[in-house]
Amino acid sequence: MSTPVTDVVVTGLGATTPLGGDVASTWDALLAGRSGVSRITDDWIKDYPAQLVARLATDPADQIDRVRARRLDRSQQVAVIAAEEAWRDSGAADAGVPAERVAVVIGTGIGGALTLLGQDDVLEAKGPKRVSPFTIPMLMPNGPAAAVGLAIGAKGGVHAPVSACASGAEAIRWGLDLLRFDRADVVLVGGTEACVHPLPMAGFAAMRAMSTRNDEPERASRPFDKARDGFVLGEGAACIVLEKADAAKARGARVHARLAGAGGTADGYDLVAPHPEGEGASRAISAALRDAGLSPADIGHVNAHATSTPVGDTAEAAAIRSSLGDHVLVSATKSQTGHLLGAAGALESVFTILALREQIVPATANLEDPDDDASVQALDIVRTEPRRATLTAAVNDSFGFGGHNIALVFTTA
Amino acid sequence: MSSTQEIQTGLAEILEEVAGVTPADATPEKSFTDDLDVDSLSMVEIATAVEDKFGVAIPDDELGNIKTVGDAISYIEKNQG
Repeated sequence: MSTPVTDVVVTGLGATTPLGGDVASTWDALLAGRSGVSRITDDWIKDYPAQLVARLATDPADQIDRVRARRLDRSQQVAVIAAEEAWRDSGAADAGVPAERVAVVIGTGIGGALTLLGQDDVLEAKGPKRVSPFTIPMLMPNGPAAAVGLAIGAKGGVHAPVSACASGAEAIRWGLDLLRFDRADVVLVGGTEACVHPLPMAGFAAMRAMSTRNDEPERASRPFDKARDGFVLGEGAACIVLEKADAAKARGARVHARLAGAGGTADGYDLVAPHPEGEGASRAISAALRDAGLSPADIGHVNAHATSTPVGDTAEAAAIRSSLGDHVLVSATKSQTGHLLGAAGALESVFTILALREQIVPATANLEDPDDDASVQALDIVRTEPRRATLTAAVNDSFGFGGHNIALVFTTA
Repeated sequence: MSSTQEIQTGLAEILEEVAGVTPADATPEKSFTDDLDVDSLSMVEIATAVEDKFGVAIPDDELGNIKTVGDAISYIEKNQG
């Protein structure tokens, strides 16, 4: 097969996150070093070892109509909010693109967990006749993609990759493929997650995956730091509008950046533990570079997956080093946003795009004493404050339980 | 026993809560699907709410025959108490 040559650009961005209710406020808070992490104060949390969470900065109820909201799981509400912002930002709605040529790809790690668990409570308390008729559409993992498809009137296809914490990044990769294979002219891609609830919290805590630094919420998510002890669960969504470069140019669209390439691999190693040397992650990054026609020297910045777990961060450091070298400026923005699971790759791609557009690399908060690991020591991880840099290309990588690895290469517009 | 007016008012409250229908629009001649944009899943929710409010269960085969707000009012009136 010949190499696909379709040039793909980013024309729209949208997000609602623990740092802000839209892209601008989220980005400002990120650069200002603000944390989205707080301690849960509800009664149920008292027996939990890990009590921290990165809640949405803006309640979805303030951004979405009440009647519409009651038919959407929280993960669908935030997806729709982020998608509508991205769609407006792109101006594609006014460009006359036929609905049959617009597609949607929205990933989620968990899906409608709050609906599933909430309706199970209804079932137990009141019986089967009281379970909501909206239960199934609200809990299905393709629900956010379907809700977004309806919101923007997409008829070219609606897809929902599910690959745990790589879902958001995988959605972007699928979007690139849809454009390259000419199955759509405009694709709205992204990821969403909203599963702050006693059961997922207990499940992640049982895996010993979450930070228990309960007394210092803002210092708990500390990727690459020697004292890191797990991730902080976050909620939110981020979306990106992708379109063919020639079409975007023809309609005079403002271009944030280019999506130059993508790579994906599987570890084939363990269900949840990353390969210690990040072998699969490294292959994904190399594949994305080849796909983009770039070499490691071209890449100036990596927005790392870096969740603040002891094993994940060192494996990723090894992967970045083996695939790209030591020269890249690395940021771990989960230090401020927490871990948005299926939305993480989409949000961090938004950050990567903004870093390229604004020529500034966000800092990694709480990195006070870098891990002794040789790869962590070798990498140039931006800390303390954001760093101005001349960037032409950057990588966002994302990994998910199940051994999923996705890397995306963005370049300046 | 609720009066016709009480049923209409109660039904309008349910329609506002479930489907965002403005109470003044919930008049007897209005069709749920054509005029008020109430879909089939919302009709199921409305039936449950009617049972809670008026103590009148609407079986599925009857629910299909209820096309307008007036149909619902008549059904509740006939079957209450």
